Amino acid sequence: MNGYLRSDGRKGIRNVTVVVYLVECAHHVAREVVFPSREQGVHLLGFPGCYPNAYAHRMLKQLCTHPNVGAALLVSLGCEGFNRKNLLEDIRATGRPADVLVIQETGGTRKTIEEGRAWIAKALEQTAAVPRVAMEVSDLVVGTVCGGSDATSGITANPAVGRTFDLLVQNGARVVFEETGELIGCEQIMASRAARPELAPELIACVEKAGRYYTTLGHGSFAPGNAEGGLTTLEEKSMGAYSKSGNSPISGILKPGDVPPAAGLYLLDVVPDGEVRWGFPNISDIQEIGELIACGSHVTLFTTGRGSVVGSAISPVIKICANPETYRRLSEDMDVNAGRILEGAATLDDVGREIYDRILRVAAGEKTASEAMGHSEFSLVYKSFDPLGPACLPR
Amino acid sequence: MTASTDPRLLRLHPADNVLTVIATLEAGARIRVGDAEVVVPARLPLGHKVAARDIAAGEKIVKYGAPIGSASRPIAAGEHAHTHNIQSDYLPTFLREDQTRYFDQHHA
Repeated sequence: MNGYLRSDGRKGIRNVTVVVYLVECAHHVAREVVFPSREQGVHLLGFPGCYPNAYAHRMLKQLCTHPNVGAALLVSLGCEGFNRKNLLEDIRATGRPADVLVIQETGGTRKTIEEGRAWIAKALEQTAAVPRVAMEVSDLVVGTVCGGSDATSGITANPAVGRTFDLLVQNGARVVFEETGELIGCEQIMASRAARPELAPELIACVEKAGRYYTTLGHGSFAPGNAEGGLTTLEEKSMGAYSKSGNSPISGILKPGDVPPAAGLYLLDVVPDGEVRWGFPNISDIQEIGELIACGSHVTLFTTGRGSVVGSAISPVIKICANPETYRRLSEDMDVNAGRILEGAATLDDVGREIYDRILRVAAGEKTASEAMGHSEFSLVYKSFDPLGPACLPR
Repeated sequence: MTASTDPRLLRLHPADNVLTVIATLEAGARIRVGDAEVVVPARLPLGHKVAARDIAAGEKIVKYGAPIGSASRPIAAGEHAHTHNIQSDYLPTFLREDQTRYFDQHHA
């Protein structure tokens, strides 16, 4: 496979141009800028809030300078709190074509859309000239998330992804799993997998923080429907989600926007630090995928039993269907049928290898089901994090 | 994954003492668990669990090779293993009222 070489040495598997609204008031204009070129790899990102937020700023900086991104156009209304100058300077410092259009200064909706579309046309010519270089598995960052889970998720798709993660780590890749709120009950087992002794208490603290946060919100992570599907306890449900992480040692903890520094398996801590301020840590699967991408994920492995159809801006989503009946209904939206395990047609190892091979083909340019249908979802809302502690990353 | 005693029951880890039903079993179905043949007294949908051997009250329930709770009463090999005989070691599992009735009906 060949990657797009960026100035920081990272390599991308896509060459996307992003258009970013910096407040909801600029959303329509930004969407109209994208519209004519939406099938030429131009994706819409944005942040809805008018009040500034350090997390949102860092997320957009990491996303606009992601190795899959070749150029970025910011669209500002003009009076919102987002520090557009600072973001623009950070993107330009990487050598990417980047600019900002301020609707109040450009002369309104129509003029900004025209200028934006003209800018995109030029940017697409410039990004087409980005050098391609050889890329190895060890250049890849791969994230995983589960959504629309049912009783099959934890016995087919999730452990199959665990096999894929083991293969990726053996080949030098960096892999990331997440959703600490759905790991309650796994903290001691996770701690026993810490690559360094000082990381173990950090892993436990991470899950305990999630437990406190969800308790305050009064939202249990165990729904009655889970029991109807055969899940008996919270820790059983957690183990099903946890099985996506495979069996490699855990090399470190990340927070949204932290890029893993070396090969290995990392836990992404998605629950905000400090008192409960911003509501539910992640309001949908889309927001979780965005956080994995901000950590550098080139590809996201999405396991689903009920059958989610989503994709993502910037990085392709590979959907792994856990339930054979769901697969038959939604096969057009799925990339891998892990439900074959239940029908005796494949083993966990077979499906783990199939997902691995699919990642390599997608990295080489093959479109995923959601990419082919134009999915490019994105969602970003308020959060706040403290910096990582010294024990969290390999030295 | 190792082979279980019955192809409709999946053992996820060699250390597990419960097996997962991977093809819905109707009432009256016969399943093989170890050396025993057991008749399923009530419908067991996909995703539910049965004991892989006799489990004593208080013993840890192991799935994925990890504890997922404790037996709240003795569970016989092949018996449905769920909220009526397993409790969480973390937080109690809350059921909807109608669901409590569902289990009362099926385990009266």
